[in-house]
Amino acid sequence: MATENGKSLLEIRDLNLHFQTTQGVVQAVDKVDFDLGYNDAIVILGESGCGKTSLARAILRLLPRNVDRYDGKVRLGDMELMGMGDEEFRKKVRWVRMSMVPQAAMNALNPVLKVGDQVAEPLMIHAGISKENALSHASDMFRRVGVPVDFLNRYAFELSGGMRQRVAIAMALVTTPEVVLLDEPTSALDVLTQTNIFNLLKRVKQEFDVSFILITHDIATSSELAERVAVMYAGQIVEVSDAGNFFEAPLHPYSQKLMASVPRLRGTQDLEFIPGKPPSLIGLKAGCRFAPRCSFRFDKCDQDPPITYKGDRLVRCWLHAEG
Amino acid sequence: MENIQKTDQNQVNTMDNASKNNGTPLLSLKNLHVWFELKRWGFAHAGYVRAVDDVSFDLHRGDAIAIVGESGSGKTSLMKTILGINRPIKGDIFFDGQSLSELNPRQLREFRSKIGFVQQDPYGALPPFMSVRRILSEPLIINGIKDPDEREERIRKVMSEVKLNPVDDFIEKFPHMLSGGQQQRVVIARAMILGPKLIVADEPVSMLDASVRVEILKLLENLQHSHDLAVIYITHDLSTVRYFSERIFVMYAGQLIEKSSVDGILSNHLHPYTDALLKGTSEPDANNAKIFKEVPPGEPPSLVNPPKGCRFHPRCAKMIDGLCNVEDPPEFEPAEPGHLTFCWLYKQNGHES
Repeated sequence: MATENGKSLLEIRDLNLHFQTTQGVVQAVDKVDFDLGYNDAIVILGESGCGKTSLARAILRLLPRNVDRYDGKVRLGDMELMGMGDEEFRKKVRWVRMSMVPQAAMNALNPVLKVGDQVAEPLMIHAGISKENALSHASDMFRRVGVPVDFLNRYAFELSGGMRQRVAIAMALVTTPEVVLLDEPTSALDVLTQTNIFNLLKRVKQEFDVSFILITHDIATSSELAERVAVMYAGQIVEVSDAGNFFEAPLHPYSQKLMASVPRLRGTQDLEFIPGKPPSLIGLKAGCRFAPRCSFRFDKCDQDPPITYKGDRLVRCWLHAEG
Repeated sequence: MENIQKTDQNQVNTMDNASKNNGTPLLSLKNLHVWFELKRWGFAHAGYVRAVDDVSFDLHRGDAIAIVGESGSGKTSLMKTILGINRPIKGDIFFDGQSLSELNPRQLREFRSKIGFVQQDPYGALPPFMSVRRILSEPLIINGIKDPDEREERIRKVMSEVKLNPVDDFIEKFPHMLSGGQQQRVVIARAMILGPKLIVADEPVSMLDASVRVEILKLLENLQHSHDLAVIYITHDLSTVRYFSERIFVMYAGQLIEKSSVDGILSNHLHPYTDALLKGTSEPDANNAKIFKEVPPGEPPSLVNPPKGCRFHPRCAKMIDGLCNVEDPPEFEPAEPGHLTFCWLYKQNGHES
């Protein structure tokens, strides 16, 4: 992970986002810690309902109305984000220094606006430049993400899925942010389109000096971009490792089970699945949240596992706790 | 007709499976063409969308095949034709030796009771206002099982077969109360309840989480073996195929372009498109992030006016000018028997089968 003066680009400590519902408080993001370096790419890996999209919303402060608790520490470069008011956050951070490619980006485009105008819009709002200028930036961005420039005047329905995804990426990059959150950027795309998009993201990462947070449930394709992997389970991050170590030998029992469930093209190992299902995020008890499904479970697992650092790797499990 | 010569070849090809399994195939597709007519102003003919163009294969009892292709390759149109929803414009489907085009509506209903269908999105496939019991009794009622006790017995039997245990915990539930994996089990139970001979599964695991995916694949595999079912597994994900099927058919732009055993595809694939698909499929490996992958340029062609000759030639790096862009490739069998490909590259070292 690349740092400047020993500091990472984005530092997240003890971030919580809880929602109030009629059934009780949903602990969607609970005590999350991680760092993002300069020109880095971290994958947030988790199954549906583990809180990974809520984590993205917590980072970009795109909150629904029923928030019960939202606190923690988020530092971006030299800015403390949590102390900011909403208006200041909107003007100085969102889409200026951090942007997002939303889930199902193909449906996130406005159907009644030309895609060129949609890409130009963040520039007109945040950089305050004229429409002509913004459009010329947009056409430059289109060229760089591999969309023909004459598509500026098209509407979203006239584009294929892969092209729409590229437009959504252009929209996130046009303000040259430092951090881009990608929420399942390729989950609805075909294999070859998916490969194309990842090629594009790799090139963008080299050219733009940008850092990615990739949120996905797909372990195999996440390796196309990952420098580091953070595994999320039931609202918590249970492991953060560099990609090499993670794909070879994950530490947390949940990560190990996940890796064993990935279908491979070649090889002979048998596929495993994880019996049981993730806990409800309402009314969680103390103790390790994975313990009921874990084959290594022992007495200590009834207490909250501590975070242990092993070199650069972080793991939240009693098996790896010191002492 | 340009197709006449090809038709003869294909009739020979449909024999190639017979060596493995003697007797009439359970399902046999003969030169199947499914074209959808395009209309201008609601009545004037404006061409066809050639969703499925000259597809032939045989499927025997107990066989599991996978049809792999990208969206728009015609795999869903092919599936719907097999289910008797679309009518082919040319060619025919034979189920147990009986031609589908000759069936009257009552016979068609009976035919459909012998095929189970597993949909892609379990939540979308289950009516939200019906309990599991209602969902599973519906096919029984339609197929004339009037005795409620017999229905209840069959529902409980099929639910324990798909491991919705204990049955009493699930039978009164509504789809939204079940997890994704459990919903997919209900869909599979519904497909199995009439005792089908063939299961058509359209991307049965693509909407599920990784850890559940394996569970459902294993369940389908167990059902296939215990009931001697034929299974058509439709997917775009090559990596799950090998856990389930014996043969793979690769589909591109409405045509089957390679037919092979799973091992044949993985160890010795022939068609350049299959090669691209395999290279595009990721394995969890940290080195992936360091390299750029090769992808054929462009996008799949429009099926209204597909390219002349081989449909992959505009994107193919090995295109032979004057051949690939002129003439439809016939089926070659260059490597091992039963491994067929429609590609001119194998004109020299392969014999036309």
